[in-house]
Amino acid sequence: MKILVCISKVPDTTAKISFTDGDTKFNEAGVQFIINPYDEWYALVRGLELKEANNGTVTTISVGGPDYDPIIRKALAIGADAAVRIDAQPTDSYQVASEIANYAKDNGYDMVLCGKETIDYNGSQVGGMIAELMDLPYVSLAVKLEVNGTIATIERDVQGGTEVVEVSGAFVLSASKGMAEQRIPNMRGIMQARTKPLTVVPASGSSAMTEVVSYELPPAKTACKMVDAEDMDELISLLHNEAKVI
Amino acid sequence: MDFSFTENQTMVQQMVRDFAEKEIRPNMMKWDESQEFPIEVFKKLGDLGLMGVLVPEEYGGSGMSYDEYIVVVSEIARVCGSIGLSVAAHNSLCTGHIMYFGNDEQKKKWLPKLATAEHIGAWGLTETGTGSDAGGMATVAVEDGDDYIINGSKNFITHAISGNIAVVIVRTGEKGDSHGMTAFVIEKGTPGFSGGKKEDKLGMRASETACLFFDDCRVPKANILGKVGEGFIQAMKVLDGGRISIGALGLGIAKGALDCSIKYSKEREQFGKPISQHQAIGFKLADMATEVEAAELILYQAAYLKNNKFPVVKVSAMAKYLTSEVAVRNSNEAVQIHGGYGYTKEYPAEKFYRDSKLCTIGEGTSEIQKLVISRELLRE
Repeated sequence: MKILVCISKVPDTTAKISFTDGDTKFNEAGVQFIINPYDEWYALVRGLELKEANNGTVTTISVGGPDYDPIIRKALAIGADAAVRIDAQPTDSYQVASEIANYAKDNGYDMVLCGKETIDYNGSQVGGMIAELMDLPYVSLAVKLEVNGTIATIERDVQGGTEVVEVSGAFVLSASKGMAEQRIPNMRGIMQARTKPLTVVPASGSSAMTEVVSYELPPAKTACKMVDAEDMDELISLLHNEAKVI
Repeated sequence: MDFSFTENQTMVQQMVRDFAEKEIRPNMMKWDESQEFPIEVFKKLGDLGLMGVLVPEEYGGSGMSYDEYIVVVSEIARVCGSIGLSVAAHNSLCTGHIMYFGNDEQKKKWLPKLATAEHIGAWGLTETGTGSDAGGMATVAVEDGDDYIINGSKNFITHAISGNIAVVIVRTGEKGDSHGMTAFVIEKGTPGFSGGKKEDKLGMRASETACLFFDDCRVPKANILGKVGEGFIQAMKVLDGGRISIGALGLGIAKGALDCSIKYSKEREQFGKPISQHQAIGFKLADMATEVEAAELILYQAAYLKNNKFPVVKVSAMAKYLTSEVAVRNSNEAVQIHGGYGYTKEYPAEKFYRDSKLCTIGEGTSEIQKLVISRELLRE
């Protein structure tokens, strides 16, 4: 069983977000980066569980520069067998998906797993695009994945319940919370990560289809105004005139 | 010179933080209250390779250096000093003694089990009558055929009850002769060998401390580490590494005390603004953070010397002394910054305050460190 897991690099959840170049670029200065949690906790760990049960291999794939290597090595420390980094700066979902699809299509993977979204751009697009570009079925927002021979049974969260889907042959899946439990790498894994293959391959030259014009931060939280519990008139006046919600 | 963390250190830091937040923080006050030694946590730490950090891979350990070891102990202690202390004692004392002075057969026999926490390790030097003056010990081993027979007791021993094996240093020669003591490995279940009542301590309450008793305890000569008469010299060398270990413990507590103080001082408002915005508190935070940075630098300097097999006695004593005192000062300020709430168990400051005090006492008091430092200075 050959499993490909897409790994993206995102700012740590506690990172302070700011922009440079006239609000067109994310300011990476002083920011600590982590593996996108949906990629790590759910897609990668479920991939590893399937590999362990079925005697397969897990390869991770990322599109990025050498700055991606530390987080890729963490994926190797958690248990992936090998890693591929496509040497290009990620620009938009299409470019990333296209680079991954171009690499994956010649390598005969049984499944391509990714997180349901990255926690920075929240695009939820890469998985679907990879599937389309590789002409494979795509199951999104999956919470459970079982494989029996060539049949994969996948559960998805739908409004008010669960949908069960069956796929035959290779497929692409985006993993949601619940698919697996976070694995903390052990010291041996960390040591072994240095000797596992991290192959850097040149980009196929896919280009972005979109361009970021600008970013802006949400408005800062304003101070809380306390109104005396007895003073309903004041409260209503504030809600009407200042907050303009009634 | 490069002051940045290596990729390994960063990965180890993240791993230990994840573990501490998940497995230690939610339960630490319960363990502290009841003085419970949570053995299952140490088994999990063993699975992660954190109970044999410095043990070479061929003996089942993680094969890392003091650089990563400091990260392990300090990041655990940043959350809970008790668990940090037990990890430090297991790794650097019992396991360290066998690793540095055991023969290949002894290493193969005991290290793999210690490195995975299948065995919890204890180490015994101190006695009721001898703490800083360890050389004056009264516990005696007398040769008898292929064995030695040990009589006496050891005091304030981490893991004396739950430990599966203990390395103990006992008298085999004349009192006052630094070559009159020998290190033995004793396995739990050996007739005449037992643990005493658990000490009821101020802090570090989840780390088990008790006496070890030897009552005509027969130990085979095969369990002697190194040569007869070298036990005390070995113990002093083990403590050179132990000082880095306790230094990491102090550093972690000092950082934890700073973390909770920053958090609280940004949330707590007095006179219309967060107390962090009052200079009285802001300056305390500045002092605490500055001392943490200085303590961390000297500790990694000691690690550098130890990793490269340079003389480390003076700098490791300095590192142990400084980090321990900073741990106590920062924990004291953390309680002060938290005010009345700092005096309650609702906030972590009081636990840092209680736990920190062990650092200036255990594995050589601050006064003994100063003695070591001054002797080294005057010898130079």
